[in-house]
Amino acid sequence: MTDRFLPTALPPVEAAHLVDDFGPSLLDVAEHSLCPGCGEPVALRAILEAIEDVGAAQRTIGVIGIGCYTAFANSLDIEVLQALHGRAPSLATGAKRARPENLVITLQGDGDMVNEGLQEVLHTAARGERVTCFMLDNGVFGETGGHMTATTALGQRTKNTLDGRDAEQHGFPIRVSNLIAELDGAAYVARGAVNNAGNVARTKKMIRSALEIQEAGLGFSFVEILTMCPTGWFVDTPDAPDYLTSTLAPVHAPGVLKDVTL
Amino acid sequence: MTTVLTRGTVVIDVEACKGCDLCIDACPPRVLEMTVHEVNTRGYRYPRLVAGCTGCRACAQICPDFCFQVYKYEQPLEIPVLEDLS
Amino acid sequence: MSVALLEGSEAIADAMVAAGCRFFSGYPMTPFTEVLEHMATKLPEVGGTCMNAESELEAVGMAWGAAATGTPSATGSTGQGLSLMQESLSEATLARIPLVVLNMARAQGDYWQATRGPGHGDSRMPVLAPMDVPEAITLTQLAFELAYRWRNPVLLFGDYYLAHTASSVDVTRVEHAPLRADDWALTGATSGTGNARLVSPLGSGEYGAESSYADHLVQCAHATEAMLAGIEPLAETGFCDDADVVVVAFGTPAKYVRAAVTRLRAEGARIGYVRPITLLPFPSEILARAARGARTVAVYENSQGQMVDDVRLALEGAVPVQFIGRLSLDSSGFGIAPDLDGDYLRDRLLDVLNVDVLNVDVLNVEVLDD
Repeated sequence: MTDRFLPTALPPVEAAHLVDDFGPSLLDVAEHSLCPGCGEPVALRAILEAIEDVGAAQRTIGVIGIGCYTAFANSLDIEVLQALHGRAPSLATGAKRARPENLVITLQGDGDMVNEGLQEVLHTAARGERVTCFMLDNGVFGETGGHMTATTALGQRTKNTLDGRDAEQHGFPIRVSNLIAELDGAAYVARGAVNNAGNVARTKKMIRSALEIQEAGLGFSFVEILTMCPTGWFVDTPDAPDYLTSTLAPVHAPGVLKDVTL
Repeated sequence: MTTVLTRGTVVIDVEACKGCDLCIDACPPRVLEMTVHEVNTRGYRYPRLVAGCTGCRACAQICPDFCFQVYKYEQPLEIPVLEDLS
Repeated sequence: MSVALLEGSEAIADAMVAAGCRFFSGYPMTPFTEVLEHMATKLPEVGGTCMNAESELEAVGMAWGAAATGTPSATGSTGQGLSLMQESLSEATLARIPLVVLNMARAQGDYWQATRGPGHGDSRMPVLAPMDVPEAITLTQLAFELAYRWRNPVLLFGDYYLAHTASSVDVTRVEHAPLRADDWALTGATSGTGNARLVSPLGSGEYGAESSYADHLVQCAHATEAMLAGIEPLAETGFCDDADVVVVAFGTPAKYVRAAVTRLRAEGARIGYVRPITLLPFPSEILARAARGARTVAVYENSQGQMVDDVRLALEGAVPVQFIGRLSLDSSGFGIAPDLDGDYLRDRLLDVLNVDVLNVDVLNVEVLDD
């Protein structure tokens, strides 16, 4: 029955006000080539909106790692410093030390941050660098098509752990947020998820807190964001949010791990 | 014939949709339904809106492809609907 | 400034500050360590920042990040540490980052690393090789000018002697073009304007919104070509006009070779020298001109011979080229070369002259052999 459906091609003719636009305003081009059901654009939106929320839209420098999300480097309306795989925290350090008045963030995936560049983020956190690092954690190398990373859960199937990650053969996953929370230079550490609207809202709040910590000069701030990768997980897109809950979240439990303002 | 209280609405950029379904489960009043046979130019199914939207923004916040624009009506509407036959 | 007795590492640090350097990051490694120490003291005095990076990977990353904001920045290490940095330096070149990089090398085995680097891909990094502390002061400042003019990393190739030799020098600021970055650097000012800047080794859309990664690489190749054509190759030559033997050496060893050649000249030998100062671009034309008429060109390096390849390429077979160097190290392996000795080098060059003993009337070697 087509007449059950309301017209959605144009804005309403009745008196109404816009509460959410298509994309975040700090994104010039909303269209992207990431896979259906990807969690990364969802997380990116939350980050960009939080930057606006804290009033830093006109003085942000974003340092971006290498992963699927790198596709957004050209379409962001914040200045972007493209880093090498794993190296974003050092570039962010240099940029922030040179220009302390800027809000400096990094965007990396689990492969970028935990595999390739683990020492970078740990040292940056230990230094108490006034930057905010965001890690999009989906437990796989999405860009190569779904291979094991250092955060892949035990039992998780990837293209190079076809029978599931086995501790004997592949080692144990690294809970990088927990490691960072142990460091004295870290002022705020949280782990969120974007697998449902409630988690997106909670994660956005974490992001805002992390940015406020940087603005207050209190130290290093960090938000890990669990994101869906149905392509790399080999699950249907509608099943990905539940897969996140049942596979990644038990290892990488969402929540605020550290907040020096509390 | 009954009516459904509708506080908001959405504009859907059907052509941007990749048919992932995330909005369907994310929608608290469950007023989005995926097409079954209809597809957009790229061959993806896409969501359609039925009465009862609250303008809560959940769809826009979860959509990876930025397909939703969300409005809140200044005055909630009572949208008439057919009796649910499903 | 006034004349002071400074170790090379301190003079280089002063020269960097004089050139406008306000950010430095490094990781200790002999013989680079003292440069880091001096920058850690000197930069805060002028409002700059020196970072004790946790590794060379962080060091080059931090310098890249600071340089991207338009802050004149430098990093460095020895060849070993630079090996760790090569990935970043290669991509920083493609991101068109002006960055001064020091290699306080051990011996001269990093010539290929320096001139064939920075590493993967099709990038290049100009290389300046001072022979002593006074020259390091001017070349360090030239490095900043070149880095900014061409938006490219520039390498200053020093060594253990340069770092640790104290000379009476006056670190005077060399007037150079202002280090301008206002048309590309990241300051946050373009964020939220709808036209935010991007500094990326993958391309920044500056050739049009639809430009591809391939377009970017091709544009970078054009920029590299223009840079290498635009930088004046520098070399010092001496006694080459009627030289029968031309000796080529760079860096500290070249100073010793120059002394040995000068001595042999005084003794009547028709011998000259060429000292490349820019190793990239290599002063091929200067060398070819200097070697015209010579019957042999001898290349001295404290290595198994690397620059000798560039000498051969420069001469294109016009003059036979022989390698007369060898790896010479003290027990530490850090770069003190027993071979860098006036008598040893004179003897070595006499061997070369003797090879050409057929032309005794030109060489007059009998007298020299006494």
